[in-house]
Amino acid sequence: MAEAIRYRKERIDRGIKARTDTIYLLSSLRDMVYLFLPRFLPILLLLLLPFFVRGGYWEKVLFYSCMFALLALSWDFMASVGLVSLGQALFFGVGAYISGGLNYYLKMPIFLTIPIATLGGALFCTLLLFSVLRLRGVYFSMVTLILPLLFAHLIETLDILGGTHGLLSLTPFPGGYPAMYLAIIGVIVCLFGFRKLISEDFGLVLRGIKDDDRVVMAGGINIHWYKAQAIFIAGAVGCFAGALMTHYYQFVGRSVFALDFTVLPLAGAVLGGPGSFAGATIGTFILVPLSEALRALGGLRMALYGVILIGALVVLPEGLFHYIERRYHQFERDARV
Amino acid sequence: MEILIYGITNSVTLALMAIGFSLTFGISGVPNFAHGAFYLLGGILTWIFINQLGIPYLFSAILSVIIVGLLGFGLYWGLMLRLRGLVVNEVIATLAAAIVIIEVLRYLGFSGFTYVLPEFIKGSVNIGKAWLDYQRIFLVGIGVGLIIFLYIFTHRTRVGLSFRAIAQNERTAISLGIDSDWTAALSMAFGSALAVVAGLAILPLGSIDTEVGYDILIYALAVGIVGGLESVPGIVLASFILGFCQILVATFFKAQWLTVVTLGAIVLILAVKPSGIFGKYKELEERV
Repeated sequence: MAEAIRYRKERIDRGIKARTDTIYLLSSLRDMVYLFLPRFLPILLLLLLPFFVRGGYWEKVLFYSCMFALLALSWDFMASVGLVSLGQALFFGVGAYISGGLNYYLKMPIFLTIPIATLGGALFCTLLLFSVLRLRGVYFSMVTLILPLLFAHLIETLDILGGTHGLLSLTPFPGGYPAMYLAIIGVIVCLFGFRKLISEDFGLVLRGIKDDDRVVMAGGINIHWYKAQAIFIAGAVGCFAGALMTHYYQFVGRSVFALDFTVLPLAGAVLGGPGSFAGATIGTFILVPLSEALRALGGLRMALYGVILIGALVVLPEGLFHYIERRYHQFERDARV
Repeated sequence: MEILIYGITNSVTLALMAIGFSLTFGISGVPNFAHGAFYLLGGILTWIFINQLGIPYLFSAILSVIIVGLLGFGLYWGLMLRLRGLVVNEVIATLAAAIVIIEVLRYLGFSGFTYVLPEFIKGSVNIGKAWLDYQRIFLVGIGVGLIIFLYIFTHRTRVGLSFRAIAQNERTAISLGIDSDWTAALSMAFGSALAVVAGLAILPLGSIDTEVGYDILIYALAVGIVGGLESVPGIVLASFILGFCQILVATFFKAQWLTVVTLGAIVLILAVKPSGIFGKYKELEERV
């Protein structure tokens, strides 16, 4: 019996990829475009989008997408240290309540409340999570799942910070653009900043902690200090998003601790591909407008996120971004086995 | 006296909610965060069978236990099998499945005063100053029965022992001839079925509200974590601690503190001793 000739897919880097990795990149315009287009196009798109959706409904959608993108980036950053959070709503809510509270009770202006909420909120979250930093894997996830719920119930039970009614009529942003550009620049800075950070020495330690924390410990590195720093950074991003949202809506209530602010960023990051930051951004920028377009479904939207999350986990576990990236850099061909 | 009686019934209720979850997540290490969703689904299926298809109570109860059990099995076989080993992904996937089930049920409007399951026997009895309906007595009976069953099941039967085996060391279990996928799927099915049994005992006390799907998960998590996930005595002890705490808090403070106490207990235990009061196996796995 003749043995059947079997083929398998073989992936090979494109020539242009190999060239642009080195100094030869400078030799042709095409190579430069190949390298820089994927970086500049999204920035340009993000910066120009507010002009296209000026005023009205889709401006809100864009703002929303930026909020969730920030949360997804913050999730992704924690996940790349091995801290899988099931409660980004914690950061979001803490930031929202700090800026809302400062504005409501102390009448602080916006340009003070947002920085204070960002840094103070991050510090608060870091101290809060400091005692559970030792937990690994699913145990840490469970703590983060519970904490936002705990805060929402505490606010309701103690009737503090507006209780069930929330804090109303906070200072709005002057006009539409400042809020929008704060959000967009926030997304861009986080996206590229995180990508840079994770490839530095600092990021190397963080990824090491994710892969094998005991080896990093054996290397004489205090992993708890690194984890705390990572949570501070991720917390700052989440709190910043919360603070922006508070002033955008001029309202803060218990809903900031809701499951939405956990599930949607998570779904976005998983759909886009965790670990790359770009994936998280792409995922949320697909999901949020999609879910707005499907608003007619009402309560089913949450269910839809669930379906997308499961689908992404099963069908495309590497995520959209990694798939696109691979297609961009490599081609496939059949090779004889 | 009232505190004692209400405390006991409340504790057994908590234990009932936690048993199925403990069996899957604690004892065989398969996180089933769709526990609350299955609890809810079981109740609603039973309601549909009784009120829309006219099937007698006992049969519809058994039928929904079986259906949800199969669903749990299917969830494992269809979905979790692809993610096996990536614990966090398993948690995310089951949580997503729970959200899908609960939100679809909410969308279909299965919530409110229309949806009431029948009590086993109506009526109530006075013990001292406490007022106790028969359903709660049954509930205590079922709870105690299930706990004893669970203990014997996991310590004396072949299947139960293999559940514990795959949680302790999956590779060794495989080398001893235990099919770990099959066992994990079975434990998922058992846990889901137990969730429905608990639902059938507890839900008649009030009307069905889709929100319980999330609440049950939290209570089950609380009991499981406080007591130590893999330990049956742990479940009993934890549900009594939490149950009495809740009753005491509700008596002396306000009823809203109930959830805060439960959630606080979870965070506290996870921060101090993540394997719970009785847990022992996973000291190395859970933290560094």
